[in-house]
Amino acid sequence: MRIGMGQQRITRAECAHVAALARLELTDEELDRFTGQLDELLDHVAEVEALDLEALPPTMHALPIANLLRPDTPGEVLDRDEVLAQAPFAEDGQFRVPPVLGEAP
Amino acid sequence: MTAVEIAAAVRSGQRSARSVVDEHLDVIVGGDADIHAFNLVAAAQARVRADEIDGAVAAGRDPGPLAGVPVALKDNLCTRGLATTCSSRILEGWTPPYDATVVEQLHNAGAVVVGKTNMDEFAMGSSTENSAFGPTRNPCDTSRVPGGSSGGSAAAVAAGFAPVALGSDTGGSIRQPAALCGVVGVKPTYGLVSRYGLVAFASSLDQIGPFTTTVADAAAVLDVIGGPDARDSTSISEPQPPVSHTLADGVDGLRVGVLTELSGNGIALDVAARLQAAVGALESAGARVAEASVPAAVYGLSAYYLIAPAEASSNLARYDGVRYGLRVDGPSTPDMNTATRSAGFGDEVKRRIMIGTYALSAGYYDAYYGKAQKVRTLIINDFASVWEQFDLLVSPTSPTTAFPLGERTTDPMAMYMSDVCTVPVNLTGQAAMSVPYGVGDDGLPVGVQIMAPALGEPVMFRAAAVLEASL
Repeated sequence: MRIGMGQQRITRAECAHVAALARLELTDEELDRFTGQLDELLDHVAEVEALDLEALPPTMHALPIANLLRPDTPGEVLDRDEVLAQAPFAEDGQFRVPPVLGEAP
Repeated sequence: MTAVEIAAAVRSGQRSARSVVDEHLDVIVGGDADIHAFNLVAAAQARVRADEIDGAVAAGRDPGPLAGVPVALKDNLCTRGLATTCSSRILEGWTPPYDATVVEQLHNAGAVVVGKTNMDEFAMGSSTENSAFGPTRNPCDTSRVPGGSSGGSAAAVAAGFAPVALGSDTGGSIRQPAALCGVVGVKPTYGLVSRYGLVAFASSLDQIGPFTTTVADAAAVLDVIGGPDARDSTSISEPQPPVSHTLADGVDGLRVGVLTELSGNGIALDVAARLQAAVGALESAGARVAEASVPAAVYGLSAYYLIAPAEASSNLARYDGVRYGLRVDGPSTPDMNTATRSAGFGDEVKRRIMIGTYALSAGYYDAYYGKAQKVRTLIINDFASVWEQFDLLVSPTSPTTAFPLGERTTDPMAMYMSDVCTVPVNLTGQAAMSVPYGVGDDGLPVGVQIMAPALGEPVMFRAAAVLEASL
Protein backbone atom coordinates (compact mmCIF):
# COMPACT_ATOMS: atom_id res chain seq x y z
CA MET A 1 0.00 0.00 0.00
CA ARG A 2 2.83 2.40 0.79
CA ILE A 3 5.19 1.14 -1.90
CA GLY A 4 6.87 4.16 -3.44
CA MET A 5 5.39 6.47 -0.78
CA GLY A 6 8.57 7.51 0.98
CA GLN A 7 11.46 6.03 2.88
CA GLN A 8 11.26 2.76 4.71
CA ARG A 9 10.76 3.50 8.42
CA ILE A 10 11.83 0.17 9.89
CA THR A 11 14.26 -2.31 8.37
CA ARG A 12 14.20 -6.09 8.60
CA ALA A 13 17.26 -5.98 10.87
CA GLU A 14 15.61 -3.46 13.21
CA CYS A 15 12.52 -5.61 13.29
CA ALA A 16 14.62 -8.64 14.26
CA HIS A 17 16.29 -6.58 17.00
CA VAL A 18 12.91 -5.49 18.40
CA ALA A 19 11.70 -9.10 18.38
CA ALA A 20 14.76 -10.16 20.36
CA LEU A 21 14.17 -7.36 22.90
CA ALA A 22 10.60 -8.62 23.30
CA ARG A 23 11.76 -12.24 23.69
CA LEU A 24 10.11 -13.35 20.47
CA GLU A 25 11.68 -15.63 17.89
CA LEU A 26 10.34 -15.06 14.39
CA THR A 27 10.61 -17.26 11.31
CA ASP A 28 11.99 -15.69 8.12
CA GLU A 29 8.47 -15.52 6.73
CA GLU A 30 7.15 -13.81 9.90
CA LEU A 31 10.02 -11.36 9.86
CA ASP A 32 9.32 -10.40 6.24
CA ARG A 33 5.61 -9.99 6.89
CA PHE A 34 5.92 -8.10 10.19
CA THR A 35 8.55 -5.73 8.78
CA GLY A 36 6.15 -4.66 6.04
CA GLN A 37 3.19 -4.37 8.41
CA LEU A 38 5.09 -2.42 11.08
CA ASP A 39 6.46 -0.13 8.40
CA GLU A 40 2.96 0.55 7.12
CA LEU A 41 1.74 1.41 10.63
CA LEU A 42 4.71 3.68 11.33
CA ASP A 43 4.05 5.39 8.01
CA HIS A 44 0.43 6.02 9.05
CA VAL A 45 1.31 7.39 12.50
CA ALA A 46 3.87 9.71 10.88
CA GLU A 47 0.91 12.01 10.17
CA VAL A 48 1.46 13.50 13.62
CA GLU A 49 4.96 14.67 12.64
CA ALA A 50 3.45 17.81 11.10
CA LEU A 51 1.80 18.84 14.39
CA ASP A 52 3.40 21.46 16.61
CA LEU A 53 3.40 19.70 19.96
CA GLU A 54 6.35 21.44 21.60
CA ALA A 55 4.33 23.38 24.17
CA LEU A 56 2.12 20.46 25.20
CA PRO A 57 2.84 18.24 28.21
CA PRO A 58 2.53 14.48 27.65
CA THR A 59 -0.54 12.67 29.03
CA MET A 60 0.22 9.37 30.76
CA HIS A 61 -3.23 9.02 32.17
CA ALA A 62 -6.61 10.63 31.49
CA LEU A 63 -7.49 11.06 35.16
CA PRO A 64 -5.75 13.53 37.47
CA ILE A 65 -4.72 10.86 39.96
CA ALA A 66 -1.51 10.57 41.92
CA ASN A 67 -0.09 7.49 43.61
CA LEU A 68 -2.60 5.95 45.96
CA LEU A 69 -1.03 4.15 48.86
CA ARG A 70 -2.78 1.91 51.31
CA PRO A 71 -1.65 1.64 54.94
CA ASP A 72 1.34 -0.69 55.18
CA THR A 73 -0.40 -3.34 57.23
CA PRO A 74 -0.71 -7.07 56.53
CA GLY A 75 -3.93 -8.05 54.80
CA GLU A 76 -5.39 -11.03 53.02
CA VAL A 77 -3.17 -12.54 50.36
CA LEU A 78 -3.59 -15.35 47.86
CA ASP A 79 -2.93 -18.86 49.15
CA ARG A 80 0.66 -19.81 48.24
CA ASP A 81 -0.05 -23.43 47.40
CA GLU A 82 -3.02 -22.50 45.24
CA VAL A 83 -0.92 -19.99 43.31
CA LEU A 84 2.03 -22.36 42.90
CA ALA A 85 -0.34 -25.09 41.69
CA GLN A 86 -0.89 -22.92 38.60
CA ALA A 87 2.80 -22.80 37.71
CA PRO A 88 4.20 -25.01 34.94
CA PHE A 89 6.87 -26.20 37.42
CA ALA A 90 7.05 -25.58 41.16
CA GLU A 91 9.23 -27.15 43.82
CA ASP A 92 9.67 -26.60 47.56
CA GLY A 93 7.27 -23.70 47.62
CA GLN A 94 9.00 -21.92 44.72
CA PHE A 95 8.72 -21.52 40.96
CA ARG A 96 11.26 -23.70 39.19
CA VAL A 97 13.01 -22.43 36.03
CA PRO A 98 15.92 -23.60 33.87
CA PRO A 99 19.40 -22.17 34.65
CA VAL A 100 19.46 -18.38 34.51
CA LEU A 101 23.23 -17.97 34.22
CA GLY A 102 25.75 -20.46 32.85
CA GLU A 103 25.65 -24.21 33.36
CA ALA A 104 23.12 -26.17 35.38
CA PRO A 105 24.32 -26.94 38.91
CA MET B 1 -37.18 -11.30 28.74
CA THR B 2 -34.88 -8.44 29.59
CA ALA B 3 -32.58 -8.52 32.62
CA VAL B 4 -34.79 -6.05 34.48
CA GLU B 5 -37.86 -8.25 33.80
CA ILE B 6 -36.06 -11.43 34.86
CA ALA B 7 -34.85 -9.89 38.11
CA ALA B 8 -38.33 -8.58 38.94
CA ALA B 9 -39.91 -11.97 38.25
CA VAL B 10 -37.30 -13.89 40.26
CA ARG B 11 -37.33 -11.50 43.23
CA SER B 12 -41.11 -11.66 43.45
CA GLY B 13 -41.13 -15.46 43.20
CA GLN B 14 -43.06 -15.43 39.89
CA ARG B 15 -40.26 -17.33 38.16
CA SER B 16 -37.47 -19.48 39.46
CA ALA B 17 -33.89 -18.51 38.68
CA ARG B 18 -33.35 -22.17 37.81
CA SER B 19 -35.96 -22.11 35.04
CA VAL B 20 -34.46 -18.90 33.64
CA VAL B 21 -30.96 -20.37 33.65
CA ASP B 22 -32.05 -23.73 32.22
CA GLU B 23 -33.88 -21.94 29.42
CA HIS B 24 -30.79 -19.94 28.47
CA LEU B 25 -28.49 -22.97 28.70
CA ASP B 26 -30.85 -24.72 26.25
CA VAL B 27 -30.58 -21.82 23.81
CA ILE B 28 -26.78 -21.97 24.11
CA VAL B 29 -26.71 -25.72 23.44
CA GLY B 30 -28.99 -25.21 20.44
CA GLY B 31 -27.18 -22.26 18.92
CA ASP B 32 -23.57 -21.86 19.94
CA ALA B 33 -22.19 -24.49 17.58
CA ASP B 34 -22.94 -22.01 14.76
CA ILE B 35 -21.92 -18.83 16.58
CA HIS B 36 -19.03 -19.86 18.88
CA ALA B 37 -19.71 -17.05 21.32
CA PHE B 38 -18.38 -19.11 24.24
CA ASN B 39 -14.96 -20.48 25.11
CA LEU B 40 -16.51 -22.22 28.10
CA VAL B 41 -20.09 -22.82 29.26
CA ALA B 42 -20.33 -23.25 33.02
CA ALA B 43 -23.66 -25.12 33.02
CA ALA B 44 -23.28 -27.08 36.26
CA GLN B 45 -22.00 -24.12 38.24
CA ALA B 46 -24.77 -21.90 36.84
CA ARG B 47 -27.47 -24.37 37.91
CA VAL B 48 -26.05 -24.61 41.44
CA ARG B 49 -25.99 -20.82 41.69
CA ALA B 50 -29.55 -20.53 40.34
CA ASP B 51 -30.76 -22.98 42.99
CA GLU B 52 -29.06 -20.90 45.70
CA ILE B 53 -30.92 -17.82 44.49
CA ASP B 54 -34.23 -19.66 44.50
CA GLY B 55 -33.41 -20.84 48.02
CA ALA B 56 -32.84 -17.25 49.10
CA VAL B 57 -36.17 -16.12 47.62
CA ALA B 58 -37.97 -19.04 49.33
CA ALA B 59 -36.38 -18.03 52.64
CA GLY B 60 -37.60 -14.46 52.23
CA ARG B 61 -34.21 -12.93 51.43
CA ASP B 62 -33.67 -10.58 48.47
CA PRO B 63 -30.99 -12.01 46.17
CA GLY B 64 -30.31 -8.55 44.68
CA PRO B 65 -31.10 -6.31 41.73
CA LEU B 66 -29.92 -8.83 39.12
CA ALA B 67 -31.54 -11.88 40.74
CA GLY B 68 -31.41 -14.87 38.42
CA VAL B 69 -30.04 -12.91 35.45
CA PRO B 70 -27.74 -15.05 33.28
CA VAL B 71 -24.49 -13.25 32.53
CA ALA B 72 -21.72 -14.10 30.05
CA LEU B 73 -18.21 -12.85 30.86
CA LYS B 74 -15.48 -11.95 28.41
CA ASP B 75 -12.68 -14.45 28.86
CA ASN B 76 -10.25 -11.82 30.14
CA LEU B 77 -12.18 -11.41 33.40
CA CYS B 78 -10.76 -13.58 36.17
CA THR B 79 -13.13 -16.16 37.58
CA ARG B 80 -12.06 -18.25 40.53
CA GLY B 81 -12.16 -21.93 39.58
CA LEU B 82 -13.13 -21.26 35.93
CA ALA B 83 -10.42 -21.24 33.25
CA THR B 84 -9.61 -17.74 31.96
CA THR B 85 -7.79 -17.83 28.64
CA CYS B 86 -7.88 -14.39 26.96
CA SER B 87 -8.36 -16.64 23.89
CA SER B 88 -4.61 -17.23 23.97
CA ARG B 89 -2.58 -20.42 24.03
CA ILE B 90 -0.18 -18.80 26.46
CA LEU B 91 -2.68 -19.10 29.33
CA GLU B 92 -3.33 -22.76 28.60
CA GLY B 93 -4.30 -24.63 31.74
CA TRP B 94 -4.57 -21.55 33.97
CA THR B 95 -7.41 -21.21 36.45
CA PRO B 96 -7.46 -17.90 38.36
CA PRO B 97 -7.19 -18.13 42.15
CA TYR B 98 -9.48 -15.10 42.55
CA ASP B 99 -12.54 -13.37 41.10
CA ALA B 100 -12.43 -9.99 39.38
CA THR B 101 -14.22 -7.28 41.38
CA VAL B 102 -16.97 -7.08 38.75
CA VAL B 103 -17.53 -10.82 39.05
CA GLU B 104 -17.96 -10.49 42.82
CA GLN B 105 -20.31 -7.55 42.34
CA LEU B 106 -22.48 -9.45 39.84
CA HIS B 107 -22.54 -12.46 42.15
CA ASN B 108 -23.57 -10.33 45.12
CA ALA B 109 -26.35 -8.79 43.00
CA GLY B 110 -27.82 -12.23 42.28
CA ALA B 111 -26.60 -12.66 38.70
CA VAL B 112 -25.63 -16.11 37.42
CA VAL B 113 -22.45 -16.58 35.36
CA VAL B 114 -23.23 -18.93 32.45
CA GLY B 115 -19.86 -18.89 30.70
CA LYS B 116 -16.76 -17.19 29.35
CA THR B 117 -16.90 -15.59 25.91
CA ASN B 118 -14.54 -15.66 22.96
CA MET B 119 -12.46 -12.59 22.11
CA ASP B 120 -9.54 -11.39 20.05
CA GLU B 121 -6.43 -12.68 21.81
CA PHE B 122 -5.67 -10.38 24.77
CA ALA B 123 -8.39 -8.05 23.39
CA MET B 124 -6.23 -7.09 20.41
CA GLY B 125 -8.43 -6.94 17.36
CA SER B 126 -11.71 -5.69 15.93
CA SER B 127 -13.33 -8.88 14.62
CA THR B 128 -12.79 -11.73 17.14
CA GLU B 129 -10.87 -13.54 14.40
CA ASN B 130 -7.59 -13.27 16.38
CA SER B 131 -8.66 -16.02 18.79
CA ALA B 132 -6.58 -19.14 19.38
CA PHE B 133 -9.89 -21.03 19.48
CA GLY B 134 -11.33 -19.86 16.14
CA PRO B 135 -13.59 -16.93 15.27
CA THR B 136 -17.01 -15.99 16.62
CA ARG B 137 -19.71 -15.42 14.01
CA ASN B 138 -22.26 -12.60 13.91
CA PRO B 139 -25.72 -13.92 14.89
CA CYS B 140 -27.31 -11.45 12.43
CA ASP B 141 -25.40 -13.06 9.52
CA THR B 142 -22.99 -15.90 10.23
CA SER B 143 -20.81 -15.04 7.22
CA ARG B 144 -19.93 -11.77 8.97
CA VAL B 145 -17.71 -10.94 11.93
CA PRO B 146 -19.32 -9.87 15.22
CA GLY B 147 -16.73 -7.11 15.65
CA GLY B 148 -14.21 -7.20 18.44
CA SER B 149 -12.45 -7.60 20.58
CA SER B 150 -15.45 -8.50 22.80
CA GLY B 151 -17.18 -10.24 19.88
CA GLY B 152 -18.19 -13.29 21.90
CA SER B 153 -19.96 -11.15 24.50
CA ALA B 154 -21.79 -9.09 21.86
CA ALA B 155 -22.80 -12.23 19.96
CA ALA B 156 -23.97 -13.97 23.15
CA VAL B 157 -26.39 -11.14 23.90
CA ALA B 158 -27.50 -10.77 20.25
CA ALA B 159 -28.17 -14.52 19.99
CA GLY B 160 -30.22 -14.61 23.20
CA PHE B 161 -27.68 -16.80 25.02
CA ALA B 162 -27.68 -14.33 27.93
CA PRO B 163 -29.45 -10.99 28.44
CA VAL B 164 -26.25 -9.50 29.86
CA ALA B 165 -22.58 -9.86 29.04
CA LEU B 166 -19.51 -7.98 30.20
CA GLY B 167 -16.70 -6.94 27.91
CA SER B 168 -13.68 -4.67 28.04
CA ASP B 169 -13.07 -1.61 25.87
CA THR B 170 -9.54 -0.34 25.24
CA GLY B 171 -10.14 1.29 21.85
CA GLY B 172 -13.74 0.37 21.06
CA SER B 173 -13.87 -3.31 21.99
CA ILE B 174 -17.32 -3.00 23.60
CA ARG B 175 -18.93 -0.33 21.42
CA GLN B 176 -17.85 -1.60 17.97
CA PRO B 177 -19.07 -5.22 18.44
CA ALA B 178 -22.26 -3.90 20.08
CA ALA B 179 -22.87 -1.84 16.93
CA LEU B 180 -22.09 -4.72 14.58
CA CYS B 181 -24.34 -7.16 16.47
CA GLY B 182 -27.21 -4.73 17.11
CA VAL B 183 -27.05 -4.53 20.91
CA VAL B 184 -26.33 -1.84 23.52
CA GLY B 185 -22.70 -1.53 24.63
CA VAL B 186 -21.24 0.85 27.21
CA LYS B 187 -17.67 2.07 27.77
CA PRO B 188 -17.93 3.79 31.14
CA THR B 189 -15.74 6.68 32.26
CA TYR B 190 -12.22 5.47 32.99
CA GLY B 191 -12.06 4.58 36.66
CA LEU B 192 -15.81 4.19 37.19
CA VAL B 193 -15.63 0.38 37.09
CA SER B 194 -12.84 -1.46 38.90
CA ARG B 195 -10.28 -3.15 36.66
CA TYR B 196 -9.13 -5.54 39.41
CA GLY B 197 -9.15 -9.00 37.85
CA LEU B 198 -9.34 -7.74 34.27
CA VAL B 199 -6.29 -9.12 32.48
CA ALA B 200 -4.41 -5.97 31.50
CA PHE B 201 -3.94 -4.93 27.87
CA ALA B 202 -3.35 -1.14 27.99
CA SER B 203 -3.86 -0.06 31.57
CA SER B 204 -4.47 3.65 30.97
CA LEU B 205 -7.22 2.86 28.44
CA ASP B 206 -8.90 -0.42 29.53
CA GLN B 207 -12.39 -0.22 30.99
CA ILE B 208 -15.04 -2.88 31.70
CA GLY B 209 -18.65 -2.38 30.63
CA PRO B 210 -21.93 -4.15 29.82
CA PHE B 211 -23.64 -5.49 26.71
CA THR B 212 -27.45 -5.74 26.89
CA THR B 213 -30.47 -5.67 24.61
CA THR B 214 -32.00 -2.58 26.26
CA VAL B 215 -30.75 0.73 27.63
CA ALA B 216 -32.49 0.10 30.97
CA ASP B 217 -30.66 -3.23 31.35
CA ALA B 218 -27.32 -1.56 30.66
CA ALA B 219 -28.13 1.05 33.32
CA ALA B 220 -29.07 -1.65 35.85
CA VAL B 221 -25.79 -3.50 35.25
CA LEU B 222 -23.67 -0.34 35.36
CA ASP B 223 -25.27 0.59 38.69
CA VAL B 224 -24.08 -2.78 40.05
CA ILE B 225 -20.51 -2.78 38.70
CA GLY B 226 -19.65 0.93 39.11
CA GLY B 227 -18.01 2.29 42.23
CA PRO B 228 -14.79 2.64 44.17
CA ASP B 229 -12.53 -0.39 44.75
CA ALA B 230 -9.53 -0.33 47.07
CA ARG B 231 -7.95 -3.07 44.93
CA ASP B 232 -7.77 -0.81 41.84
CA SER B 233 -5.66 2.29 42.52
CA THR B 234 -7.12 3.95 39.40
CA SER B 235 -10.74 3.56 40.45
CA ILE B 236 -12.56 6.83 41.12
CA SER B 237 -12.79 7.13 44.89
CA GLU B 238 -16.22 8.78 45.18
CA PRO B 239 -19.41 6.75 44.62
CA GLN B 240 -21.45 8.00 41.65
CA PRO B 241 -25.22 8.52 41.39
CA PRO B 242 -27.12 5.59 39.84
CA VAL B 243 -27.96 5.97 36.15
CA SER B 244 -31.20 3.97 36.33
CA HIS B 245 -33.09 6.61 38.29
CA THR B 246 -32.90 9.34 35.65
CA LEU B 247 -33.31 7.22 32.52
CA ALA B 248 -36.72 8.67 31.67
CA ASP B 249 -35.73 12.33 32.07
CA GLY B 250 -35.49 12.94 28.32
CA VAL B 251 -33.23 15.30 26.38
CA ASP B 252 -35.32 18.48 26.30
CA GLY B 253 -32.91 21.42 26.22
CA LEU B 254 -29.74 19.31 26.07
CA ARG B 255 -27.04 20.54 23.71
CA VAL B 256 -25.98 17.73 21.40
CA GLY B 257 -23.06 18.06 18.99
CA VAL B 258 -22.55 15.95 15.87
CA LEU B 259 -18.81 15.27 15.95
CA THR B 260 -17.92 16.23 12.38
CA GLU B 261 -14.42 14.71 12.32
CA LEU B 262 -15.87 11.24 13.08
CA SER B 263 -19.06 11.53 11.05
CA GLY B 264 -18.03 12.39 7.50
CA ASN B 265 -14.87 11.13 5.81
CA GLY B 266 -14.63 7.35 5.61
CA ILE B 267 -18.14 6.70 6.96
CA ALA B 268 -20.35 4.49 4.77
CA LEU B 269 -23.35 6.38 3.40
CA ASP B 270 -25.93 4.03 4.90
CA VAL B 271 -24.29 4.38 8.32
CA ALA B 272 -24.23 8.17 8.00
CA ALA B 273 -27.94 8.10 7.10
CA ARG B 274 -28.77 6.26 10.32
CA LEU B 275 -26.82 8.86 12.32
CA GLN B 276 -28.89 11.57 10.64
CA ALA B 277 -32.08 9.74 11.61
CA ALA B 278 -30.86 9.54 15.22
CA VAL B 279 -30.04 13.25 15.23
CA GLY B 280 -33.58 13.93 13.98
CA ALA B 281 -35.02 11.85 16.82
CA LEU B 282 -33.01 13.75 19.44
CA GLU B 283 -34.15 17.08 17.93
CA SER B 284 -37.78 15.96 17.96
CA ALA B 285 -37.36 15.14 21.64
CA GLY B 286 -36.22 18.70 22.34
CA ALA B 287 -32.43 18.51 22.09
CA ARG B 288 -30.61 21.43 20.48
CA VAL B 289 -28.33 19.89 17.86
CA ALA B 290 -25.40 21.54 16.09
CA GLU B 291 -22.15 20.49 14.46
CA ALA B 292 -19.23 20.12 16.85
CA SER B 293 -15.58 20.06 15.88
CA VAL B 294 -12.77 18.23 17.69
CA PRO B 295 -9.97 18.76 15.15
CA ALA B 296 -7.44 16.52 16.92
CA ALA B 297 -9.85 13.55 16.97
CA VAL B 298 -8.54 12.58 13.54
CA TYR B 299 -5.18 11.81 15.16
CA GLY B 300 -6.79 9.41 17.64
CA LEU B 301 -5.87 6.25 15.74
CA SER B 302 -2.23 7.27 15.38
CA ALA B 303 -1.87 8.06 19.08
CA TYR B 304 -3.79 4.93 20.06
CA TYR B 305 -1.75 2.55 17.91
CA LEU B 306 1.43 3.73 19.66
CA ILE B 307 0.17 4.14 23.24
CA ALA B 308 -1.86 0.92 23.47
CA PRO B 309 0.91 -1.32 22.05
CA ALA B 310 3.50 0.43 24.26
CA GLU B 311 1.48 -0.34 27.38
CA ALA B 312 0.74 -3.84 26.08
CA SER B 313 4.40 -4.63 25.47
CA SER B 314 5.01 -3.90 29.14
CA ASN B 315 1.90 -5.65 30.48
CA LEU B 316 2.47 -8.79 28.43
CA ALA B 317 6.08 -9.16 29.60
CA ARG B 318 4.63 -11.21 32.47
CA TYR B 319 3.85 -14.14 30.15
CA ASP B 320 7.23 -15.78 30.42
CA GLY B 321 6.47 -19.42 31.23
CA VAL B 322 7.38 -19.06 34.90
CA ARG B 323 4.26 -18.51 36.99
CA TYR B 324 1.25 -19.63 34.98
CA GLY B 325 0.06 -21.04 31.71
CA LEU B 326 2.19 -22.44 28.92
CA ARG B 327 5.87 -23.30 29.19
CA VAL B 328 7.98 -24.43 26.26
CA ASP B 329 11.28 -25.56 27.73
CA GLY B 330 14.73 -24.43 26.72
CA PRO B 331 18.30 -24.87 27.97
CA SER B 332 18.26 -21.56 29.89
CA THR B 333 15.56 -19.32 31.34
CA PRO B 334 15.88 -16.68 28.57
CA ASP B 335 15.61 -19.45 25.96
CA MET B 336 12.57 -20.86 27.75
CA ASN B 337 10.98 -17.36 27.89
CA THR B 338 11.50 -16.86 24.16
CA ALA B 339 10.29 -20.34 23.19
CA THR B 340 7.19 -19.97 25.38
CA ARG B 341 6.25 -16.54 24.07
CA SER B 342 6.92 -17.45 20.42
CA ALA B 343 4.68 -20.52 20.67
CA GLY B 344 2.03 -19.01 22.94
CA PHE B 345 1.20 -15.67 21.30
CA GLY B 346 -0.63 -15.27 18.00
CA ASP B 347 0.36 -12.92 15.16
CA GLU B 348 -1.56 -9.82 16.23
CA VAL B 349 -0.27 -9.98 19.79
CA LYS B 350 3.29 -10.37 18.49
CA ARG B 351 2.80 -7.40 16.16
CA ARG B 352 1.51 -5.17 18.95
CA ILE B 353 4.26 -6.21 21.36
CA MET B 354 6.80 -5.37 18.67
CA ILE B 355 5.23 -1.99 17.84
CA GLY B 356 5.20 -1.14 21.54
CA THR B 357 8.74 -2.34 22.15
CA TYR B 358 9.92 -0.30 19.17
CA ALA B 359 8.02 2.84 20.24
CA LEU B 360 9.56 2.63 23.72
CA SER B 361 13.08 1.71 22.65
CA ALA B 362 16.11 3.97 22.96
CA GLY B 363 16.30 6.44 20.10
CA TYR B 364 12.63 6.15 19.14
CA TYR B 365 10.88 6.97 22.42
CA ASP B 366 10.63 10.73 21.78
CA ALA B 367 9.68 10.34 18.13
CA TYR B 368 6.90 7.84 18.74
CA TYR B 369 5.69 7.20 22.30
CA GLY B 370 6.53 10.69 23.60
CA LYS B 371 4.83 12.32 20.62
CA ALA B 372 1.76 10.09 20.95
CA GLN B 373 1.38 11.16 24.58
CA LYS B 374 1.41 14.80 23.49
CA VAL B 375 -1.18 14.08 20.81
CA ARG B 376 -3.24 12.57 23.61
CA THR B 377 -3.03 15.91 25.45
CA LEU B 378 -4.06 17.73 22.27
CA ILE B 379 -7.14 15.50 21.90
CA ILE B 380 -8.08 16.00 25.57
CA ASN B 381 -7.74 19.79 25.18
CA ASP B 382 -9.88 19.84 22.02
CA PHE B 383 -12.63 17.83 23.70
CA ALA B 384 -12.47 20.10 26.75
CA SER B 385 -13.35 23.15 24.63
CA VAL B 386 -16.22 21.33 22.99
CA TRP B 387 -17.68 20.35 26.38
CA GLU B 388 -18.07 24.07 27.13
CA GLN B 389 -20.71 24.21 24.40
CA PHE B 390 -22.23 20.72 24.41
CA ASP B 391 -23.63 18.22 26.92
CA LEU B 392 -23.25 15.23 24.59
CA LEU B 393 -21.63 14.35 21.28
CA VAL B 394 -22.80 11.80 18.71
CA SER B 395 -21.13 9.98 15.82
CA PRO B 396 -21.39 6.59 14.18
CA THR B 397 -19.88 3.82 16.33
CA SER B 398 -18.30 2.02 13.38
CA PRO B 399 -17.63 3.35 9.86
CA THR B 400 -19.33 0.28 8.34
CA THR B 401 -21.73 -2.51 9.23
CA ALA B 402 -20.34 -5.99 9.99
CA PHE B 403 -17.76 -7.04 7.38
CA PRO B 404 -17.26 -10.58 6.00
CA LEU B 405 -15.05 -13.02 7.90
CA GLY B 406 -11.53 -13.02 6.48
CA GLU B 407 -11.90 -9.67 4.71
CA ARG B 408 -9.35 -7.77 6.86
CA THR B 409 -7.27 -10.51 8.50
CA THR B 410 -4.29 -10.07 6.17
CA ASP B 411 -4.37 -6.27 6.28
CA PRO B 412 -3.79 -4.99 9.84
CA MET B 413 -4.17 -1.31 8.84
CA ALA B 414 -7.63 -1.96 7.35
CA MET B 415 -8.59 -3.74 10.59
CA TYR B 416 -7.26 -0.86 12.71
CA MET B 417 -9.42 1.60 10.75
CA SER B 418 -12.51 -0.14 12.23
CA ASP B 419 -11.70 1.69 15.48
CA VAL B 420 -11.48 5.22 14.08
CA CYS B 421 -14.69 6.46 15.74
CA THR B 422 -14.17 4.77 19.09
CA VAL B 423 -10.51 5.31 20.09
CA PRO B 424 -10.60 9.06 20.85
CA VAL B 425 -12.80 8.50 23.90
CA ASN B 426 -10.44 5.91 25.38
CA LEU B 427 -7.59 8.39 25.10
CA THR B 428 -9.59 11.04 26.97
CA GLY B 429 -11.12 8.70 29.56
CA GLN B 430 -14.64 9.92 28.80
CA ALA B 431 -17.87 7.91 28.78
CA ALA B 432 -19.39 6.58 25.56
CA MET B 433 -21.90 4.00 24.47
CA SER B 434 -23.31 2.46 21.32
CA VAL B 435 -27.06 2.24 20.80
CA PRO B 436 -28.49 0.15 17.94
CA TYR B 437 -30.31 2.39 15.49
CA GLY B 438 -31.79 0.42 12.63
CA VAL B 439 -29.99 -1.30 9.77
CA GLY B 440 -27.85 -0.37 6.79
CA ASP B 441 -28.43 -1.17 3.10
CA ASP B 442 -27.27 -4.74 3.70
CA GLY B 443 -29.86 -5.26 6.45
CA LEU B 444 -27.17 -5.40 9.13
CA PRO B 445 -27.28 -3.38 12.37
CA VAL B 446 -25.93 0.16 12.66
CA GLY B 447 -24.91 1.66 16.00
CA VAL B 448 -24.93 5.31 17.05
CA GLN B 449 -22.23 6.38 19.48
CA ILE B 450 -23.15 8.80 22.26
CA MET B 451 -20.22 10.44 24.05
CA ALA B 452 -20.28 12.32 27.35
CA PRO B 453 -17.67 14.08 29.45
CA ALA B 454 -16.11 12.10 32.30
CA LEU B 455 -18.82 10.89 34.70
CA GLY B 456 -21.51 12.09 32.30
CA GLU B 457 -23.20 8.66 32.31
CA PRO B 458 -26.57 9.85 33.69
CA VAL B 459 -27.06 12.33 30.82
CA MET B 460 -25.64 9.89 28.25
CA PHE B 461 -28.16 7.23 29.27
CA ARG B 462 -31.04 9.70 29.00
CA ALA B 463 -30.18 10.29 25.34
CA ALA B 464 -29.76 6.55 24.77
CA ALA B 465 -33.22 5.92 26.19
CA VAL B 466 -34.70 8.58 23.87
CA LEU B 467 -33.04 6.98 20.83
CA GLU B 468 -34.25 3.52 21.83
CA ALA B 469 -37.83 4.76 22.29
CA SER B 470 -37.82 6.56 18.93
CA LEU B 471 -37.26 3.41 16.88
